[in-house]
Formats: sequence, C-alpha cells, structure tokens
Amino acid sequence: MSTLAVHDHGVAHHEDDHGQHHHKATFLNTYIFSQDHKMIAKQFLITGMAMAFIAMILSILFRIQLAYPDKAFPLMETLLGRFAPGGRLDSNFYLALVTIHGTIMVFFVLTAGLSGTFANLLIPLQLGVRDMASPFMNMLSYWFFFIASVIMLSSFLVQKGPASGGWTIYPPLSALPKAMPGSGMGMTLWLISMVLFIASQLMAGINYVSTILNMRTKGMDLWKMPLTVWALFLTAILGVLSFPVLVAGVVLLVFDRSFGTSFYLSDIVLNGTQIQPFEGGSPILFQHLFWFLGHPEVYIVIMPAMGISSEVMSVNSRKPIFGYHAMVYSLIGITVLSFIVWGHHMFVTGMNPFLGGVFMITTLIIAVPSAVKTFNWLATLWRGNIRFTSGMLFAIGMVSFFISGGLTGIFLGNAALDINLHDTYFVVAHFHLVMGSAAIFGMLAGVYHWFPKMFGRMMNERLGYLHFWLTFIGAYLVFFPMHFMGLDGVPRRYYAFTEFESMKQWLSVNTFVTWAAIMSAVAQLAFLFNFIHSIFWGKKAPQNPWESNTLEWTTPVEHLHGNWPGEIPTVYRWPYDYSKPGAEHDFIPQTVPLSQTMSSNLPHDFEDNPVGLEEHTKWTSAQKSNEEVK
Amino acid sequence: MMSKIQQEDRLNLAPKKFNMWIFIFTSFMFFAALTSGFIVYVGGSSAHGMNIKMPDAFMYSTAVIMLSSLTMFLAARAAKSSQFGKQRLYLWLTIMLGVAFFGIQLYAWSYLVKNGIYFSNPNASQSFIYVFTGMHLLHIFAGLLLLANTLWRSYRSIEQVKNLYSVQMSSIFWHFVDIIWIYLYVFLLLNQQ
Repeated sequence: MSTLAVHDHGVAHHEDDHGQHHHKATFLNTYIFSQDHKMIAKQFLITGMAMAFIAMILSILFRIQLAYPDKAFPLMETLLGRFAPGGRLDSNFYLALVTIHGTIMVFFVLTAGLSGTFANLLIPLQLGVRDMASPFMNMLSYWFFFIASVIMLSSFLVQKGPASGGWTIYPPLSALPKAMPGSGMGMTLWLISMVLFIASQLMAGINYVSTILNMRTKGMDLWKMPLTVWALFLTAILGVLSFPVLVAGVVLLVFDRSFGTSFYLSDIVLNGTQIQPFEGGSPILFQHLFWFLGHPEVYIVIMPAMGISSEVMSVNSRKPIFGYHAMVYSLIGITVLSFIVWGHHMFVTGMNPFLGGVFMITTLIIAVPSAVKTFNWLATLWRGNIRFTSGMLFAIGMVSFFISGGLTGIFLGNAALDINLHDTYFVVAHFHLVMGSAAIFGMLAGVYHWFPKMFGRMMNERLGYLHFWLTFIGAYLVFFPMHFMGLDGVPRRYYAFTEFESMKQWLSVNTFVTWAAIMSAVAQLAFLFNFIHSIFWGKKAPQNPWESNTLEWTTPVEHLHGNWPGEIPTVYRWPYDYSKPGAEHDFIPQTVPLSQTMSSNLPHDFEDNPVGLEEHTKWTSAQKSNEEVK
Repeated sequence: MMSKIQQEDRLNLAPKKFNMWIFIFTSFMFFAALTSGFIVYVGGSSAHGMNIKMPDAFMYSTAVIMLSSLTMFLAARAAKSSQFGKQRLYLWLTIMLGVAFFGIQLYAWSYLVKNGIYFSNPNASQSFIYVFTGMHLLHIFAGLLLLANTLWRSYRSIEQVKNLYSVQMSSIFWHFVDIIWIYLYVFLLLNQQ
C-alpha cells in the first residue's frame, strides 16, 4: 500500500509513463459496464425501482377492474388498445396483469432490487473490501438481470399478451402453449427471462458468499459483522442452494412445452374435444420443485429487509441491537427451516395428511426465530434515544408489517384451516403484509439510510415523513380488509368475483381498497421526486450523517474505485457500541481500538484476549485507587 | 490508483477459486433436484418405472471418465511441480478422454432409441434417463471448454501463479463432473427395474 503515495505524487506524468496499465475512466466503463460494486449497486437500485413502479401501475390497473367491473374507461382503451376493448379490461389481460405484477415484485424488485442493491453496496463497504471476489462476474450479474427485465416487459408487446398462469406458473397452463392466450409466446418469454434472471442471481450470490468468507478486513471476524451483512450472507446462501432447483423444474417444463415429454402432463383435453397425447405426468411434481425454491425465495425477500432494519433501528435508537447473537442464530434458524416447509403451499393438492402434518409442524416452528427477531427489535427500541429519521420510520414500519402479516401465517400454516383459507384473499393479505410490504419497507429504510453513501447527498426528511405515513396507512387500508374477504371465501385471481350473488356485498370494499391503493401509489411520487431531486440538488452529505459505527462511513463521500484512498481500516470491536456507559460520545466506530476507550471498556470486551484483560484490570484498579485518594 | 487496485485484484485468486467451489454446490443442487424429481415421479404411481436395463455403454463411459479424472490429477500434479510438458500432455489426454466420454454417451442414446426408448415418452421415467445424461453432458461440454482454455493458456507464457490457478479451476470442475456422473449412474442402476 505504500506505493499509493508514489502514485498520488506522480499524477502529472502518470499518463505517459504507465500508459499500458492505466484504464481510462470513460463514460462507458464508469456508468454502463462498470465493475465497481458501488456503481453496480446503484444500477440494481434504479432498475429495481423502475420495475417496482411498473409493477405498481399494473396493480392499479387490475384494482380499477375490481372496483368498477361494470364501468368502461375510454382512456384505458387509448392506453392499452386491444387489452382493454371498449375501455374495459380484457379478462385474459387481467390474469396477465396479476401474473406479471407478482413476478416482477417478487423476483425483480424484492430479490434483485433489494439484495442486488444492498449486497453490492454494503458487503464490501461494511467489511472493508476493495471490491467483490470477481468484479467481472458482478457486472455480468447486473447485465443478465437487465436483459431479463427487458424480456419480461417485452412480453407485453406480443400479440396474445404476457404469461398469465400466475407467478407460480403451474402446469398445465404453463406447459401447453394452447391452454390460454398467455400460455403461448408470453410464457416462452417468461421462461427465457427467468432463466437469465436465475443466472444473474447465481453469479451474484456466489460472489457475495465468496467475498464475505474470504475477503474481510483485518479484525473483522464473523462475530464482528453487522447484521446487514449476516442477513445478506444467509440470503445469498439460500439463493445459491434453491435457485438451481427451480432451474431443474423449468428445464422439465420446457421439455414438456416444446419436446413432447410428459413430466407434468396427463390426461389433458383441450376445448372439450382435442385429446392431447400426454400420459402419466404429474403436475404435483412441478409444485414440489417450484416450492422447494419458492419457499426459500420468500426468505430471500425478507431477510435482507430484516438485516437492514436491524442496523437502521440500532443506529437510530442509539442502542446496541438487542440480542446480537440471538439475531444471527434466528437468521440461521430461518435459513435452515426454510428448506423443509415447502409443503405448506401444497396442503390441498391431495397430499398425504401425515406429510401435511409434518410440514405443518416445521412451518409453525419458523414462528420461533421470527418471534425472537421481533422481540429483539422491540427491545432495541425500548428506552432508546430514538431519532425519527425517515429510514428509522420505515424500519419500524417493517416490524409492524412483519408482526401483523406474520400472525396470519400461523393460521395459514395449519393444514386443517388451510382447507378453507387456501387460494383466498386471506392468503393475498398475508403475504402482501409479511413479505410484500415488510420487504418494501425494509428496502426503503435502506434507501433512505444509505442514500448519503450512494449519492453523497441527503434526502429531504419532510418528504420522507409524508411518503412514510401515506404508504404505511395506505398499505394497511389496502391489505387489512382482504383478510375478511378471504374468511368469507372470496377466491384470489378472479376477474369479477363481485358478479357472484354471494360475493356482491364486497364491491364497496373493493372500491375502498382500490382508492387506498391509488393513494399509496400517488404517495410513491413523493419518494420518486425526493430521490431524483436529492441526487442532483440534495444537501451535501457529511462524512457520517447518522453517527454510525460501521465501516462504510469511514470511506470518503466522493466515491473512488477501491473505496479507501489509503490502507483499509482495521476493525477492533463489534458494530453496535452505541451509548456505551463511560464513553465520550454515544457511538464508537468499529475502527477505534479498545486502548483508546479505557473508560468505557468492560471485562467481556476481552474474551479470548488475556493481555487486554490484564491491562483492563490494571487500569480499573488504578482508577479506583485514584478515587480513594480524592 | 485504479490500475493499482486492478493489479491487486488480478492476483487475488483465492476468492475466485472459492467461487468455483460454491458453483459446484449450485450444480450439485441442480442434479439433486432432478433425481428427487424422479423419485417423486416414480412414487406417484406403480406404473411409473424405468423398466429397462441400462445400456452397457454407460459402463464403458464410466471407466473412461474415471480414467480422465486420473489424468487430470496427474496434470495438476505436473503443474504444481512446474513440469509444463507433462502438464500439457496430461491435459491433452484428459480432453481426449472427455470427448470419448461424450461420444460414448451419444452412442448410448442411439442404442436406447434403437430399443424403442424415446425421449418423448408417455412414461416420463424413461425421459428422465435422457434428462440426467443430457444435463450432465452440458456440464461435460463446459468442462471441456474450461480444459481447452487451460491448455491454450499453458502454450502462452503466463505466470506460473495463473497457470496453476487455471489448472486448479478446471481440475476442481472436472473431478466434480466425474463424481456427478458416478452418482447419476449409480442412481440409474438402482432404479432401472
């Protein structure tokens, strides 16, 4: 590292002397094909946000249909053309909207947008690494993701519309190109897009795991890592182990679609007359393969949000996170359990009731680590010196949604109750709160909190509050009534269920929910304006705006490739030394050695360090004798 | 500054090697998913069985790929002790054995087809044979590309650190596809009736 000084010293004749080694920073390699993890993080964030806005608009479109099933909106025909003939949404297009809304939100926003952004930004910055294990693979990962996004959206341009069999793409709807309009070209594009997406996630995940295990700075042992990194680490492991299983499922699906095999298909009759030549396949097999990924996937979505919220809440409560070890072990518990619960998505597929019972028990056990986390967050807030920054509000909002959505998980995890509740709006309400809203709030908490690190400027706090309250109240107004609809037996994914005599009374609720959704959607404009405006004209960020302990705030505000201009800082303590008794300030960054904070050291700071402990006891006894002299 | 970091990054090879190990886990999960899929499928109905004897060709291909693992090991050992002539020879041998394996698998397919066992088949247990071997052949193909790259690099004068890295990367992967084949073959043998 000493050569760095020489480099800076000789900038003037650097160009002509070392021409062959110097890579010029062009527009193309700085902003487009960047291998710098910070730029890749921003690329993921902005692409993810764009996808989120698109998916949100899709949801507003189908909400309008649900609220006004009889009304024609001429504007809709102008905008959507053949998908809304006469100003009323086409029933097949409704299914396409639901499918693509789910796909984009789950995969493109909450998997790639969330993990992609914060893993890329925080893993190197919080661990003291100059860049990922393989920056090139990291760049490829973004570009695969980008192309996957473009292909997914391009399916709106094909004649028969996008895939419409639901985001879980169960066969036979997904396996027979003639099954419904969306099963043709739209489904093919969906599959191509997802294969690219999975490749992107695998490259990214492999890189994250390798970086975390191999490249941490001096002193940064695993138990000194911030909870964000722990969460992102376990998320990456989940992805690396579960996405290949989806690939296997999709490969077999492609064979059924295009090569005439019968893995998933059996006894199919199209349009009442055309008997298809498939025999002996099992559609349940696909569900097994899909949900073996699908269930870990929901933890891939929520765990980064948990990590971000833990970090943001600890910083802004000015208190150490309550139960750091318990937080890590509960994350590990969730990771392990997530692989043995997939059957709870399949209780009503004719599964052996004994097997259903096994899956029910494993599912309900997940409530334990989840509750550990929830109580730890609440205990972190308890008697904290809370700073209500926008990031903090969203982190608290995340906990709120996780609790209210998690409680209904206990109902749904029950094999007997599931007979009534499966495929109703109760399920929709449950997962939109517990993984949809909660994960989005975790992501927004992260955006508000690390915006100064990403763009060197601060976001507007007032607009942040406005955004938070409108979104928070809006999300509850949208999803809470759905519980009651579900208990009444209203099925999900229906185009116009209020036409049924028995469900007519839900029309007024539907109208209410739609207007609440429109309000929350409009509230996102406050965020979008705040985000774009602050990138260019926000207040300049100070070095450490939140007075946080973690390493990312020791890097210069102006980004440079390699993160730290000189040597990478060494780490001496865990990341949560907030309001430590006896300390000068209410935070002690990880880079401050214990020898500089004698007045606040505690005996347990010196586990595995007998020399330090001896110094500590000497120092405390010296202090005591001084007291006596006084 | 930037060039300095890129220089550092270029030689930071251990994490990249670790990437390969993780990739192997991913790949293993893929094959585990396929074989579990088979088990679930067969368990679904008593009519779902493979009901054939595996072609003898699979026995020969198993021998060939195990031999190629040996030559791969010898190549890696030669690379470690800087005997580049030997390294190239064994790499050539490994590649040739790999190609032979590829050929034998294709022959086995033609044998199956001749005996009326098609990929597009109402009994998907038999389609699974093609899926297992086909997906494995994709891995073999990737491994051959990796080996060819290593061989090509060994003819250019690159630093020994990078030569060794290149050999080790392809060696990890090649042993893995070997082991996966043995796993698949044993799995097929156990389920053939």
